[in-house]
Order: sequence, then C-alpha cells, then structure tokens
Amino acid sequence: MAFDWITGGSLPQFWKNYTSFFEDDNNALQKKYVVFDMDATGLDWKEDVILSIVALGVDGDAINVGEFIEIYIQQDKYTSNSIAAQGIVNNGAEKVVEAEAMIQFLNFAKDAVLVGHNVNLDIEMINQALKRLGLGRLKNQFMDTNVLYQKLKDLPDGTKTGLDEICDALKIDKNERNTISGNTYSTALAFIKMKKKLDI
Amino acid sequence: MNNPIAQTVVDFLKYYPPFESLSKEDLQLIAINTKIKSLDKNEILFKGGDTTHTDFYVIKAGAIGLSLTSDAEEMLIDKCDEGDILGLRPFFAKNDYLLTAKAREESIIYAIPILFFQQFITKNAKVLEFLLESFASQTRNPHDKERSGKLLAENTIFSDQVADIQYFQPIKYTHNPITANPEDLLMFIAKTMTNSTIGSVIIQENQLPIGIITDRDLRSKIATGLFPITAEAKEIMTTPVITVPENISVAEAQMIMLKYNVGHLCVTRDGTDNSTISGIISEHDVVAAQANTPGVLLKQTRRATNNKELKYVREKLSDLIQNSIDKNIPISHISNIVAEINIALTRRAIELAVEKIGTPPPVRFAWINVGSQGRKEQLLKTDQDNALVFEDVEPAQYDAVKRYFTELAEFVTDSLNKVGYEFSPYNIVARNTQWCKSVTDWINQYNTWINAPAEKGIEISALFFDFDFIYGYPAIEEALTDNIKVKINKNKKFFAYMASDTLKNLPPLGFFRQFLVENDGEHKDTFDIKLRALEPLIDAARVLILSHGITDITNTYQRFKKLAELEQQNADLYDECAEAFNLLQHFRTEEGLKNDSNGRYINLSELSKTDKVKLKNCFEPIGNVQDIIKNRFSLTFIS
Repeated sequence: MAFDWITGGSLPQFWKNYTSFFEDDNNALQKKYVVFDMDATGLDWKEDVILSIVALGVDGDAINVGEFIEIYIQQDKYTSNSIAAQGIVNNGAEKVVEAEAMIQFLNFAKDAVLVGHNVNLDIEMINQALKRLGLGRLKNQFMDTNVLYQKLKDLPDGTKTGLDEICDALKIDKNERNTISGNTYSTALAFIKMKKKLDI
Repeated sequence: MNNPIAQTVVDFLKYYPPFESLSKEDLQLIAINTKIKSLDKNEILFKGGDTTHTDFYVIKAGAIGLSLTSDAEEMLIDKCDEGDILGLRPFFAKNDYLLTAKAREESIIYAIPILFFQQFITKNAKVLEFLLESFASQTRNPHDKERSGKLLAENTIFSDQVADIQYFQPIKYTHNPITANPEDLLMFIAKTMTNSTIGSVIIQENQLPIGIITDRDLRSKIATGLFPITAEAKEIMTTPVITVPENISVAEAQMIMLKYNVGHLCVTRDGTDNSTISGIISEHDVVAAQANTPGVLLKQTRRATNNKELKYVREKLSDLIQNSIDKNIPISHISNIVAEINIALTRRAIELAVEKIGTPPPVRFAWINVGSQGRKEQLLKTDQDNALVFEDVEPAQYDAVKRYFTELAEFVTDSLNKVGYEFSPYNIVARNTQWCKSVTDWINQYNTWINAPAEKGIEISALFFDFDFIYGYPAIEEALTDNIKVKINKNKKFFAYMASDTLKNLPPLGFFRQFLVENDGEHKDTFDIKLRALEPLIDAARVLILSHGITDITNTYQRFKKLAELEQQNADLYDECAEAFNLLQHFRTEEGLKNDSNGRYINLSELSKTDKVKLKNCFEPIGNVQDIIKNRFSLTFIS
C-alpha cells in the first residue's frame, strides 16, 4: 500500500531519494530551476488544499520545453467552486491522490531551485500537504519573481506586482495566461528575462 | 503526455518553413526537445569565429541582426525577425560561425538541437529540399518571398548573393612575407624575388618596416643604370612604406593603394610603421578579392540579354551603394563606381535596342547623357535625361534617319525606364524628337541657347551643359563641345543669364539660421536638399567652370576641384564647396536608401543634432560662392 510509511513509521523511499539530493552540496555549473504554479481551493494555507500543480524545468537560462509536469489532485472534501472560479477546465485528465501528487512533484523538482510568483504561499501549501503525509518541509531553495521584479525596478520591499504587470513590463506575450500552465510559462519567461538582467 | 507549453511551440513553428511540412507528431517531438531562451538587447547569441553551437535557433519574438566584422567595424548583413531561422551553419559546414548574431531588441528564441533535428531532414524530403534549395538559390526561403521563415546568409556566404559584400570583407593577403635587411645587396634581393616569384620585398629593421623594394624600383633605378646591382637595399628602397592594420577590407586596401599610388601595402600589427610586420597586400590580392564586386556587376551588365537582367544589376547596385554608405566610403568614390555601372547599363540597353531593330544604325551617332547622369552624380534611381546626336545626312535621307534613331531611342529609354530610371519630368529623353537630331541641328540649338538666352530656354538648357558621352562616335560629341567652347567664350550675355539663373535658387537657411522647410504639400516640414542646397552648388560650379572655357569636366565635385586649381585666390572656398557637395550627396543618398525614394526631402526631425550642424555648415560656402558669381558676372546691372 502506498501509505505504509504512515503506520510503519519509517520514511518512504521517495522522500529518502528526495532528501538524498541535498546531501552532497554539489555546485553544478549549470543551475537547475523548476518554475511552478498551482491552483488551490483558496488562499488560506492552513485550510485550503492544492487542486493542481504545473512545473517547468529551466536549465541555466533556457526553458526546457520537454521538462514539464502537470498534476491534478483528487480532493474529495471540496466542491469544485473555486475550480470554476479560476476557469480551469479539467478535461477529464487523470486525477491522483495528494500523496501521489507529492511523490510526482518531488521526483520532478529534486534539488532544483523552486521559482514561482508570490511563491511563499505555494511553498507553504506544499509543506502542509507534506505534513499531512507525516513528512518534513521542502528542502529546496526558492526564488520569487515578485521579489526579482522588486530588485529589478528598485521597488520598496513588500511591493506586490501582479504577473500581468510584470509581463507587460518585460514585453511578454500574455495570450497563454488563462491557465496555470500558461501562468507557469509566463512566469518562466519572466524569470529567465529578469535573471539575465539581474545577472543572477 | 499533455504539454501545453510544447503545444505553443508547435503552434508557432507550424506556420514557418521548413516546419510547416512536418507532421503534428514530429513537431511535438521537436517541441519537447526545444529550449526557450531570452536575449537582452545587444546580447550576442554567437560570434563570428566561435565554434558552432549544438543548437540552431528560431526567433519567436524580437529581432536579431547578423553582421560581419571587418576593419574592426561591424557591418550588418541581415536582420532576422519572427519565424526566421539562424545558426544553421553546422548543418552544412563543420567550421566556425562566420557571422555574428546579436539581438537588436529583446528577443525570445527557440533553440533546437541540431543532432536531434537531423532525423527530420533525412526522413522528410521537403525539409531537406528546403534546406538545399535555400542553400543553392540563396534566397533564404525559396517558397516565400514575403520574408518569412528565412534561412540566412550565414550558410551561403560564399555565394553570389553576397557578392558585393565581399568587397567589404577583410582582404586575404600574404602572411609572414619575405623581408630583407637594409644592408642586403640588390643583386641578392632580386634573386630572392625571382626565386620566390614575388613582386616586392619589405625592408625591415628590428622587425619594423622601413621601406619596400618592388619590381618598379628595380626597373626604374637599377635597369636604367642609376644604381649598380651591388647597391644596398637602403639606397634604392622606397620609403616610407605605406602600412595598414590587419583585418583591412578589400575596399579600403584598394582605396589606400589609389590614394598613395602604390601597388603594395605592408600589414603591421597596429597599422603603423612602429609595429611588427605581419603581412603584405599586393594589387593582385585586391583584384582577386574583387571577383564579385563592381567588376562583376559590369561584366553582368555587358552580358545581359534582356531588361530583366539589367534590372537585376541595378538592384544589386543599390545594395552596393547601401553597403558603401554604411562603410563610410567617400561619396566621390561611390559615385565613380555607380556612374561606370550606369554607363555600362545604358550602353548595353543601346546594344540590345540595335539588335531588336535588326538593322545597324544608318549613320554614325552619339548617345549623350545630360543632367545628373551627365554629371555622374546619380547615386539613387533618379530620372533619365539623355539625347541623341547623329551625323549630318542629305536632306532627302534626313527623315528616314531620324525615324530610325527615334525608334532606337524609344527602345533604349523604355528599357532604361523598366530598369528603374524614370523619364525626366521635362521629357528630356532621346525619344523626344526635339532631342534626337543631327549635329548641325544640335549646334544650332546650342547657339540659340547661348546667343538668345531667354529665361525659359536657359532653365532647360542648363542641363545640356552637363553632358557625358556614353555610346557611339566620340568625334560627334567633340564637334558639339568645340562649338560650345567657341560660342561661350567671353559671351557676357550668356554668362549673365546663366549666373542670374544660378542665384534664383532659394536659400537653405532663414534669417535666424533656421532651416527653411517646405510649407505645404506632400513634403510639408521637410527640407528640400536638392533645391536648396545641391542645386545652388551644381549651378555655381557649372557657370564658373564654363566661364573658364572648360567643357569636359561635368562632375560638380571635380568642377570645384578644378576651380580651386585655376583660381588660387578662391581655392579654399572651392575646396569647401567640393566637400560640402559630397556631404550633401551623402545625406541625400542615405535618405534615399532609407525611404527608397530619390532622397530629395530630408526629414529634419530624424537627424541627430550633430548631423544638423554638419548640414548647416555645408550651407556657408553656398552663400560665399554665390557672392563670387554676383560680382564676377556684374549681375547687379541686369537684375
């Protein structure tokens, strides 16, 4: 059974694999990033849960189109109100349980730097999901495109800039912005552009 | 697996060749192997000389310029934008990139692994065909002239398409040339030269070039007995030797040779004679490198068999002019080349017309270009002004002969029109029966202009005093010029009218030194550089040079240069006029190339501040030279 570790007390294999990536502090020349975005039932990280996650790999300064994952999560307790609100059409894609989603996500992310727009909330949502599985918190470093934008434009700390506005400022086409995969793609483009400008 | 990001890549690629001929599945495979990169403005994607990348690139958004570096300067060869492919060189050649690709604006590019893409080339005949066709035909996209999905010149740099570019490429020359010491005996130097079949030896001291001995020196100084063959190198060497930097272009090498009248240039590390010798450029290197330049255009002109081929040459010529302007090659140099090709085009058009008519001309004749063509100042596609003069014939034959030549002129002017030279607004073309007549009729015509210069008559006739013999029997043209010379000599009335006509041109600047721009019409708020700046200079040069009885120099620049020689007291002013004229021509040519127009109207708001100042400085000599004309031809009495 998939949930053996919960009762057995020992940590599951995927978690061991995941944590092992962080053991040797290898300084690979080409930094690895994973840009991700998610859809959740709400904005309260304690109460709400994740409905889907999209993640995209970035090697150094290049987006790897083929390195892409899209996970839909079965959340029985919740109605699909917020799904409708976000305009997500889940055309019958296979849904997985939250545990399986975490396995897939961590296998994908490995030790890459996680990048997202207003990433703190997303990270916390994942941490909560991991907590429900009796596991520790994410070990990855993470970067926030909102913070990068602050640095780029010398905005005061705490300024919130929407992804749309950033895309406009960076001349990124937004026609893909209605889905989370579109959001992820825009975030990734914004990320590689700002990364270059900030010389990270 | 569903991958919407790969889908956006597919949705983009599928509209551009060669991807359009690939299946959805193949495109999907390509997409998931694609990397997306961003380029900042001015970021370099790859540099000429860099080892090739493992990917080739498709531009998703933005624009990337391809340029070639020579003379330590970048020359833009091509600009690629959305859907264009670049970096394909590794498909065809194993060596390094030739061109530099630099983002001209912020860009997003798709990087597709070449190794991975290769399978689609072998699998899909259309893709292969596209790449091969592009490679062979030199148009970057053989299927679509609309500039989408191009393959770029970087693959095809050795082809004809970029022929004129070669003229501006770094010249190939002999590295590590044979040198000799100043104390070496001539006899031995000559032996070395003979053994290695070279035409020159650089004389060096501590690796620095101090002189050169060429075949010419041996001929003029040894063979004439001026020096014995036992003389030392330092006694007869030509010194100083002309030195140039490495990476000099063919065009520049040629110009320096012309400038110093030498056949060899010594290449040194930093271009001065205080650094080590690294090579030698001979005239032969220049000739060899030019296999594809103005010379070839001339050859193509001479071999053209129809209007289309002539038109092709004229189009290539525009590219050549653009490149020359970009490279800041002196405008007089460009004008000369362009004039030669224009003349060759006209000659060929005449030959083709004679063939078309089927019978040779009944009598001897001369084809003459007048106006700007006659002055060899035609850089852009402007009007054609020409005339035909035929030998005097018996009155009985006159009509038939005239009919033949009018028909001939009809063909010639028509084909020139098709090539891109529009008919002149005053209809001064040889097909007009008024400008196609016998020598005697022409002499009478000139005499009327000279002796009875009615204001209206002068306006047109001024053009006819700038004429250039193009084709036929030069003696006919000489008969005309001889007559003109005699008739205008000391002809006060004629010069007074010519001069007053010259001064009628509008001044370029207002009272507050501001540009006077057009007040209304299509060209509102632009500056008419032809009417207000160029024409006053052209007219002034004409009337002044004619007053010296010189009819064979028609080029405005050369007229001023000659005037500077003839009138020592005004030499400075005339030199200024000559320079101003060239600079103004430069402005006009650039404007014309930019807008594909005749460049007459300059949009001042597009000029930089320094350019405006430069332009204004050109106007000063105009006023001064007009003052000279006013005083010399006592105009105050007439007007």
